[in-house]
Amino acid sequence: MKGIFHSVTLDSERCKGCINCMKRCPTEAIRVRDGKATIITERCIDCGECIRVCHNRAKKAVCDDFAMLDQFKWKIALPPPSFYGQFADIDDINMILTALKKIGFDDIFEVSRAAELVSHLTRQKFDAVKGCVNGPVISSACSAIVRLIRVRFPALCENVLPVNEPVHLAAQIAREEAVAKTGLKPEEIGVFFLSPCPAKVTSAKAPIGIECSHIDGILSVSDVYLKMISALKKITEPEPLMRSGIVGINWATSGGECAGLLTDNYLSADGVENAIKVLEEIEDEKLNDIDFVELNACPGGCVGGVLNMANAFVARSRIKTLRKYLPITQNKLGDENDTRMFWEQSLQYEAIYKLDDDMGAAMKKMKEINEIENSLPGLDCGSCGAPSCRAFAEDIVCGNADRRDCIIRFREELAVLDGLGMNISGILPAPFRHKLEQTKAEEDHNDNA
Amino acid sequence: MSEPIRYVFQVDGDDFMSAGTASADVKKILRQLGFSSDVIRRTAIAMYEGEINMVIHAHGGVAEVEISDVGVDIILRDKGPGIENIELAMSEGYSTAKDTIRALGFGAGMGLPNMKKYTDEMHIETELGVGTTVYMKVLAK
Repeated sequence: MKGIFHSVTLDSERCKGCINCMKRCPTEAIRVRDGKATIITERCIDCGECIRVCHNRAKKAVCDDFAMLDQFKWKIALPPPSFYGQFADIDDINMILTALKKIGFDDIFEVSRAAELVSHLTRQKFDAVKGCVNGPVISSACSAIVRLIRVRFPALCENVLPVNEPVHLAAQIAREEAVAKTGLKPEEIGVFFLSPCPAKVTSAKAPIGIECSHIDGILSVSDVYLKMISALKKITEPEPLMRSGIVGINWATSGGECAGLLTDNYLSADGVENAIKVLEEIEDEKLNDIDFVELNACPGGCVGGVLNMANAFVARSRIKTLRKYLPITQNKLGDENDTRMFWEQSLQYEAIYKLDDDMGAAMKKMKEINEIENSLPGLDCGSCGAPSCRAFAEDIVCGNADRRDCIIRFREELAVLDGLGMNISGILPAPFRHKLEQTKAEEDHNDNA
Repeated sequence: MSEPIRYVFQVDGDDFMSAGTASADVKKILRQLGFSSDVIRRTAIAMYEGEINMVIHAHGGVAEVEISDVGVDIILRDKGPGIENIELAMSEGYSTAKDTIRALGFGAGMGLPNMKKYTDEMHIETELGVGTTVYMKVLAK
């Protein structure tokens, strides 16, 4: 796997070692060890679910510092369309773009402009791409979903649309335009993405499909939020900066990318667990009659990203109002710039769940796992530090956990001592007490006989 | 050849939503064992079609899966009505599914043809009024 980078990290001071994030992780990438959650890096897809559920705000996404702007002579902000839903009482997207210029950026390049180009390209090339794959074409816009497919759905890697995420294209065009406009060297221009989610942060630092990203820095929406609020208050006359339309803005919400295609025969789903269900169905060839599938790991689409400030539903409703009087689209492809929109490398399956490189050894481990799993209580309580009894059995066999870590089994062993005259009845947790009663009943029966 | 690992899945009758769960479990196991994406995909489709068949026609049944380094053996046993004409049942587009089931999007008559298409070996034993057993093999190669 190319340079494992993750934006999702743990603040161990804040982590209380609860099991909430571990239970929610869609790739079983979290274990609780020594009172703290730990991330199995090769499994993490940076979807941000753990950030979403953490009560203690111990899970974070690593972003760049606002002060990084000072390293560049010309600074460009790339706001994604979901960004426009973060602010209350705004009736013109130009207000938001103008405010970005007030807080320190020299220019703006809306990600929705690149999204319109991707939509155009997808419309143009759709039949050719569809002809090469079995089943529906799957959107590559959500990088958490692309990473999920890469580790969990080997057969679907070829179904993923081999086109760069709009933000990468936006960064590339923004720099080219800035070089032409200012006469500065490309490296003197700083391109900053205002990310709604940790997956996009990872995508900028360690992209899939291309060698390196054109994004210089990533700021989370929360980093610029307060600056934006005070800047917005001071604007009386917004600059006419907006250069995209409804097609581009729609990408902020689930189903928005689909709406920019020519086909009506599409499906969109949001929320990582829903996306997994759809991917399972595609893998079983249940959805072969559908042309295009758009999946977003966050509920509601990018507006549901965990780095946003506004509630996803509020943001969605604001965006609906903002796009009302916009033109359909303002960006169309020229003939020349097709190639840079495509991935340089195809998506390759990463077999990270493989138990062993040798299949014979893997089969031996699998048998042991099955045996151990059958001996476990099946409560999936997480007290052992693994998300399920099954995952715990896998950890034991792979040398990452000890059988005695199962608190229920341990208590059952203690309960045996009860028979030796030690008064520790009721030592089993409530869900398992019947076992103890059964044993007692059997003993009484034997005594009476 | 290594000693195969054996799994048994109960497939509930008339429960369309649960059909596909055995397929999902087997996919996960095959990924962990390091099988190629081709074997995983073909097994998943054959399993899923088999599960759905048992749900639609036979009020459920049992799916037995044996995995070795040679490949995957799937045996689907049901106590359904049996298949009257196997040759006809194997032809694409032929289905005896009820209209209520077709209304749900099933019963396109591709179940058995797909199971044959995606597996390396397949044969059916059936007796009217007694039940059907489908044997399938997906080779790891």
